[in-house]
Amino acid sequence: MKTPVSWIRELVELPADVTTDALTERLTALGLKLEAIDRPGEAITGPLVVGRVLTMEPEPQKNGKTINWCSVDVGEASGTGEPQGIVCGAHNFAPGDLVVVVLPGGVLPGGFAISARKTYGHVSAGMICSAAELGLGVDHDGIIVLPADAGEPGDSAFGVLGLDEEIIEFEINPDRAYALSLRGVAREAALAFGVPFRDPAVREVPEPDADGYPVIIDDPAGCPVFAARRVTGFDATAPTPGWMARRLTQAGMRPISLGVDVTNYVMLELGQPIHGYDGDKLDGALHVRRATEGERLTTLDGTRRVLSSDDLVVVDGSGPIGLAGVMGGATTELSETTTHVVIEAAHWDAVSMFRTGKRHKLSSEAGKRNERGVDPLLPAVAADRVAELLTTYGGGTVEPGATLVGVVPSSPTIEIDADLPARISGIPIPAETTVAHLEAVGCAVTVEGERLTVVPPTWRPDVTDPYDLVEEVARVVGYDQVPSVLPREAAGRGLTREQRLRRRVGRLLAGAGCVEVVSFPFVGEATFDDLGLPPDDVLRRTVTLANPISSEEPSYTTTLLPGLLKAAARNLGRGASGVSLFETGTVAFPVDRGPAPIYGVDLRPSDAELDKLLEVLPRQPLFLAVVLSGEAERPGWWGAGRESGWADSIALVRRLAADLGVALEVVSAARAPWHPGRCARLEVDGVEIGHAGELHPTVCKAFGLPARSAALELDLDHLMSRAVDVVAGPELSTYPLAKEDVALVVDAATTVAAVEDALREGAGELLESIRLFDVYTGDQVGQGRKSLAFALRFRAPDRTLTEEDTGAARDAAVAVAAARCGAVQR
Amino acid sequence: MSGPNTDFDPVEVSTLQPEEVEAARDAALAAFAAAGDLEQLKQARLEHVGDRSPLALANREIGALPPQARKEAGQRLGQARGAVNQALAARLAVLEAEHEERMLVEETVDVTVPTDRLPVGARHPITTGSELIADIFVAMGWEVAEGPVIEAEWLNFDALNLGPDHPARTMQDTFWTSPAEDHLVLRTHTSPVQARTMLTREPPIYVVCPGRVFRTDEYDATHSPMFHQVEGLAIDEGISMAHLKGTLDHFAGAMFGEGITTRFRPSYFPFTEPSAEVDLVCFVCRGAAVVADGDVMVTCRTCRGEGWIEWGGCGVVNPRVLVACGVDPERYSGFAFGMGIDRTLMFRHGLEDLRALFEGDVRFTTAFGSEL
Repeated sequence: MKTPVSWIRELVELPADVTTDALTERLTALGLKLEAIDRPGEAITGPLVVGRVLTMEPEPQKNGKTINWCSVDVGEASGTGEPQGIVCGAHNFAPGDLVVVVLPGGVLPGGFAISARKTYGHVSAGMICSAAELGLGVDHDGIIVLPADAGEPGDSAFGVLGLDEEIIEFEINPDRAYALSLRGVAREAALAFGVPFRDPAVREVPEPDADGYPVIIDDPAGCPVFAARRVTGFDATAPTPGWMARRLTQAGMRPISLGVDVTNYVMLELGQPIHGYDGDKLDGALHVRRATEGERLTTLDGTRRVLSSDDLVVVDGSGPIGLAGVMGGATTELSETTTHVVIEAAHWDAVSMFRTGKRHKLSSEAGKRNERGVDPLLPAVAADRVAELLTTYGGGTVEPGATLVGVVPSSPTIEIDADLPARISGIPIPAETTVAHLEAVGCAVTVEGERLTVVPPTWRPDVTDPYDLVEEVARVVGYDQVPSVLPREAAGRGLTREQRLRRRVGRLLAGAGCVEVVSFPFVGEATFDDLGLPPDDVLRRTVTLANPISSEEPSYTTTLLPGLLKAAARNLGRGASGVSLFETGTVAFPVDRGPAPIYGVDLRPSDAELDKLLEVLPRQPLFLAVVLSGEAERPGWWGAGRESGWADSIALVRRLAADLGVALEVVSAARAPWHPGRCARLEVDGVEIGHAGELHPTVCKAFGLPARSAALELDLDHLMSRAVDVVAGPELSTYPLAKEDVALVVDAATTVAAVEDALREGAGELLESIRLFDVYTGDQVGQGRKSLAFALRFRAPDRTLTEEDTGAARDAAVAVAAARCGAVQR
Repeated sequence: MSGPNTDFDPVEVSTLQPEEVEAARDAALAAFAAAGDLEQLKQARLEHVGDRSPLALANREIGALPPQARKEAGQRLGQARGAVNQALAARLAVLEAEHEERMLVEETVDVTVPTDRLPVGARHPITTGSELIADIFVAMGWEVAEGPVIEAEWLNFDALNLGPDHPARTMQDTFWTSPAEDHLVLRTHTSPVQARTMLTREPPIYVVCPGRVFRTDEYDATHSPMFHQVEGLAIDEGISMAHLKGTLDHFAGAMFGEGITTRFRPSYFPFTEPSAEVDLVCFVCRGAAVVADGDVMVTCRTCRGEGWIEWGGCGVVNPRVLVACGVDPERYSGFAFGMGIDRTLMFRHGLEDLRALFEGDVRFTTAFGSEL
């Protein structure tokens, strides 16, 4: 809401010494938030005056341009009373026109200082200004030609151009619809400074009678009140007075024609949207009703609209002629030839306005006010005000007869304890102050002991609840009066197990050299194609968005890898030689259990209803993904570097599982987007929790990553759910360690894990650790065979082991490996 | 070697003669003194202290002396060997010290060579920032509550006094899942977590809810379709705006430094009444709006000369919300607040472009270190 300060001052007796900054500060404190103050004349200083062009001599120049050598009367502003000689390059004016002249000594926006200077063979004593030169926007026609009645030569042009105005732009919250008017803003300004307010809605209006334009309301819930007046003999071509056009412009509206401008002006002034019909184009009485489904209407903006049975319409004998309260129709629009104006000022149901605006994607100044709620007492006043202004500036007659149908909805009655505002705001507010402040904002208050009965003013449809009154009182007292008190100490139990585990996982990964990434969760089919997912892959079954940012990426992701792979490529593209990234985030899987219910809000839903609500939500587990790409260790004076590979991804997940105390199974698998021969399925208690390994070469290519890049992704919720809660403290033996190394030849397809498991089982309780330290393939072991060398470490809790002890354990281990894996000791 | 002398025959053994012993001793002492390094000393030790050294050999001859002569010879020899061993130890200590000193010099390295063999990891500032905030509240005895990102419309809107026809719904440009009749949204705020908490727990409730939220905003330097919020909710008997102010002042002080407080401006949120926008005293200029730049005062860049920074929204929980979530509004009142984590990081760390948070550039993330 843009509001010229002079307009506010017209309605409020603000002390002269109240600056605009002070005004906005107080209004902001009351809830009208300052967005910006526009001071259009701020960057102009010095003599800027109205001038009358006396003569102009066109003078062609060598450069092909023609300049005008003008003599301009600037009255006494020239100092001598003599006309100024000014060179002007524009041609859109003629002798006798009033123009805007900046005289030597003036400074225009951009620090452009004006002096008398020699140009094109003349001394040009000033400049005739265009709107652009004054910082008033772009103009295409040349210099500003003022209306003939704009002023006398020598008058300051600041006032004429509105350059002396300050325009406050407020950000109006949806609950303060009344502040979408000068009436509302001025009322708040009066409240802020405790000064009198002249309510522009207080005016004598004729009693409604049966002689007005006929109006029939078929839907009183949708249109409780409808006022109409008529003006005849109106000259639609009469100009809008300069002051009105200026105010409209300052308020951000474009002047169009007197008829339209007056309705807009009154809307700005009072907050009541008004529509003007060309009375000669109307076919009989105005009816207000709901549209029939599929009915059509072409609105003022030229759009042909198909109406819904929820839309309120105004119809005449010809059918719909307006989308009620939102936008008028084209057939009865005011035009240059209109002489008979039927003025509509009606009170509409806000919800209906909101729905219609939303359904037709129509945002209008009228709709904005109507959907937030307008003072239901305004229609008759606004219609009368419009009639007055139309006839004042466009001639004609206000016809006798005033239509006012419907019943003004009653305001709610709210009962509160007198101390409620004090109790809820925490400010010690005496009861009498509460009453005074409620009255100051326009409420009618009845005091009965400790109880207050409050009827809010008609312009405050937002005030319906006891706590609304608390806010009214608190904002008038001032939010700066709220004391700062800590609530009692809450007895919290700290972070939950999951929250602590999540931090632990993040710290571990960061400690392992991975950098966390936060990416957008939006993906599309192309992303899944890049990952090489088969057409029926479960990851392609997504929750899709009805209104995605990009139609290419309409789905909520089922995997964190795309975001990570893109981030990795971005880092490498920016010159990183290697990158290790991780992300934890929720992914979503549809559950297909139907739509989510919408419950009422007057009562808590039952537990069963809540369960129903929760079970239809997509499954949203927390996933962890890691990508390792390019250099894992840098080369340097210590030697060569090392590239990341499949083993790093598995090492990382093993490290993570070990840290959480989870027994992780690593099993060979083939799953996109991994290399089919270098992919591990990760299992906990036989349940798959994710995969790790080298990315498929095609995937690396698709994402622009170096070959051999590795990745892992797993269900972190699942992993964390298996994390050991309380670690049993280990008992350490300090007896000497006994070492035994064995080399076993097995079939090349036999996994290390299988051999290791066999050895572990065979070695028995004395085995402290087992570790593969070498793998050999070659002639010595034969085609299709490999040799695995394991270091076995034995220790007893209660004694020093003998060679016989360890030898027996080793032999037992090898025996099991031989039996189970066909291992032969080398 | 002579055989044992058991008959008290006054045999004389030349190597046990005082002159011989002294000569052997002196030779040893001279050899040790002459040894210039540990290797030479080792040689000298073999020659003069080893099994084949003159004194060792002489020692074996003691038994050849008649018993009455053995004591004297033994003493003589013992003293000589003692002196030799002492000299050896002393020389060894000297040479070892010299050796070590030389080694320490020779082993000098250039400690300025790079040592960054392994790359450094880091958690994201949004993560560590959220934890920092959570920890401030956990220290006050609050708990951290969480909920899903794809949320039921009823929890995201209706339960929070944002009915289907509420104009404020259009303030939050919402992502809907398809089909829209499923009544599911990408949550537009973390407030549904508050609703969930009230629906499932008995007051008193003190929770803080950090999380990821979505709005259909264009992606630019200050807007993103995905961002992060932290909201707080307190429900208890006798809760007022004063407790809200106290809590936010405490939060501001803990997050931005002692003495940094907040101010309220009236505002509007459907879920709170009264509602306020909360501003933070600029933690750089401390409300002065200007900062010293050398000798001159310049406009504070952090608050753009306002002295205050817009931080978030807050208010007293609207009793309609309490009713929808099963909390008795006659007995309990509450307050709620919310602020953008991303935005908070932006002004706390002087970030010019929000998008840096979501690009995943490791140079950005590692700059914040391991904790905020």
